[in-house]
Amino acid sequence: MDLYEYQGRDLFERHGLPVLAGGVATTPEEARAIAERLGGRVVVKAQVKVGGRGKAGGVKLAEGAEETVARATDILGMDIKGHTVHKVMITVTADVAEEYYFSYLLDRANRTFLCIASVAGGMDIEQVAAETPEKVVKAPIDAVKGVDEAKAREIVEAAGFPAEVADQVVDVAVGLWRAFVAEDATLVEVNPLAKTAEGKLLLLDAKVSLDENAGFRHPDHEALVDQATVDPLEQAAKEKDLNYVKLDGEVGIIGNGAGLVMSTLDVVAYAGERHGNVKPANFLDIGGGASAAVMANGLEIVLSDPSVKSVFVNVFGGITACDAVANGIVQALGLLEQRGEQVTKPLVVRLDGNNAEAGRAILDGANNPLIERVDTMDGAAERAAELAAAGV
Amino acid sequence: MAIWLTKDSKVIVQGMTGSEGSKHTRRMLAAGTNVVGGVNPRKAGTTVDFDGTELPVFAGVADAMKDTGADVTVIFVPPQFTKAAVIEAIDAEIPLAVVITEGVPVHDTAAFWAYNVAKGERTRIIGPNCPGIASPGASNAGIIPADITGSGRIGLVSKSGTLTYQMMYELRDIGFSTCVGIGGDPIIGTTHIDALAAFEADPDTDAIVMIGEIGGDAEERAAEFIKANVSKPVVGYIAGFTAPPGKTMGHAGAIISGSAGTADAKKAALEAVGVKVGKTPTETANLMRELMSAG
Repeated sequence: MDLYEYQGRDLFERHGLPVLAGGVATTPEEARAIAERLGGRVVVKAQVKVGGRGKAGGVKLAEGAEETVARATDILGMDIKGHTVHKVMITVTADVAEEYYFSYLLDRANRTFLCIASVAGGMDIEQVAAETPEKVVKAPIDAVKGVDEAKAREIVEAAGFPAEVADQVVDVAVGLWRAFVAEDATLVEVNPLAKTAEGKLLLLDAKVSLDENAGFRHPDHEALVDQATVDPLEQAAKEKDLNYVKLDGEVGIIGNGAGLVMSTLDVVAYAGERHGNVKPANFLDIGGGASAAVMANGLEIVLSDPSVKSVFVNVFGGITACDAVANGIVQALGLLEQRGEQVTKPLVVRLDGNNAEAGRAILDGANNPLIERVDTMDGAAERAAELAAAGV
Repeated sequence: MAIWLTKDSKVIVQGMTGSEGSKHTRRMLAAGTNVVGGVNPRKAGTTVDFDGTELPVFAGVADAMKDTGADVTVIFVPPQFTKAAVIEAIDAEIPLAVVITEGVPVHDTAAFWAYNVAKGERTRIIGPNCPGIASPGASNAGIIPADITGSGRIGLVSKSGTLTYQMMYELRDIGFSTCVGIGGDPIIGTTHIDALAAFEADPDTDAIVMIGEIGGDAEERAAEFIKANVSKPVVGYIAGFTAPPGKTMGHAGAIISGSAGTADAKKAALEAVGVKVGKTPTETANLMRELMSAG
């Protein structure tokens, strides 16, 4: 889960890291209250999870409460690269003398964590690394030993931070690592890490990603999810413990296992190239034990998406037996009717693996005109795409 | 022969007395796996009956190894306890630990992996978030259904469980030496490269199917490894060509970040080193079938 800048700033502040005083507002009136509390000159920043907001006019200076209200009014509701601004962060300003870069992140390839540090901050670090690689230090971090003062000093020296800020950078490096571990983050990025004219170090931006698998250790992380930007279908699926991602096509997809479902999306997209360019409407993995209730929940979510014109149920019975899945589909359609849902969209079902013959017989025996059975994955994808194209 | 798991492997189960652990212990036994016991400190000294097979429960992995000669552990404990369970297995220096558990925090996996490295990597870790490893006809450690295919001369390594089953099913006419599900998490113990190296060295494997998916650059690195080190034919499949960037597709590791981790980049990297990549699982299986019959 990626956090907004203000959430990252709050997280840094909670962990004792030096950030600018500030607050977040969803209305101009809230912005006024923050400006009055802070006093003097402030910066108003659009809160969006996309880069380039400064160029888009999403970051403005303001002098006093009235001007803050005016800038907040301008920025709230603004569209930045397809992201609507619902919140602005307001902070005091800093007199920046130098800009550095500092981050910790997951290094998948080396199965550990990585620290990236540079005295050339304030711009895109990938560009700095490409143009002046000598200015970027990448230091692997041992996940057990972590970052203590000695390790931090090693990084600070390697990156060539000026002597007058070295001790402060060491403190930030150690503190940021503690926050990274304590919050189960997969990324904490500070760009810029700024030195003020008075020589004080400040974390002026915050890019933070948290590991959703660690949610059981962090009940407070749930509150960081921005409900305003969650797709309603994804929200409904989450409440039913379904692994669902909304996409923008016409063929609803239900399958078991993340890899098989991803593969199903691809196969449907290829088939769609031959049928009016229809595409997968969603990713939905119902997991190993596809009971009737789970299948009903899944079908309900997929069928409630108005852009869905046909549904492809693609199941390989591994541990789950296909006869159970077939019963699940038939019962699910019955359950949906009981819930008052009028099911009119065609279902193409492919069952293979454990007890596939029995499963197919159950589907055939159900005599439901909406259910069409196809024996191969590629063939079923073709048929589902064809039906979606016909229904568009 | 096969890689890492053979008919002589003696398997214990950490979490055998839990619901998933006991269900799959029963299935592993039915598949002919030599399961010799389980671990649960609170039930140490008791036994559990699996359709007539009495399995002892031990206080720890080290005790179980000492008593039974076990050399493989399959871990089914919940995510909160997975790190401790794996570290216990590493401390006992068991040669193979298969971590089935899904939803392990990545800091925990990074920590037990670093711990394993510090201890000299005496334990091969497969997973987490994986279906396990199966050498058809010999042994089965994990949750891969045992009756999809018989033994044969193809080696399979895959990030995904159900795609593994699909591929085993598609190529059941030829059969497999060993099928390894390495898992879909961002950090995993055994990589595509580890499996490719083992299959290359295995006299009973003639060709290799490699299944990858979006996220990270493991497939790109595997391609480099194949170019330098693998003489046996490799056929590839990548899932997630149509996945949108920035969205996690089921597996915690399956996410395209910026321009990195796309299926197109992975396919291109594999094809550049001579690996044939199928567009669908069925097409991939057909590529392998052609290869084997040309053999």
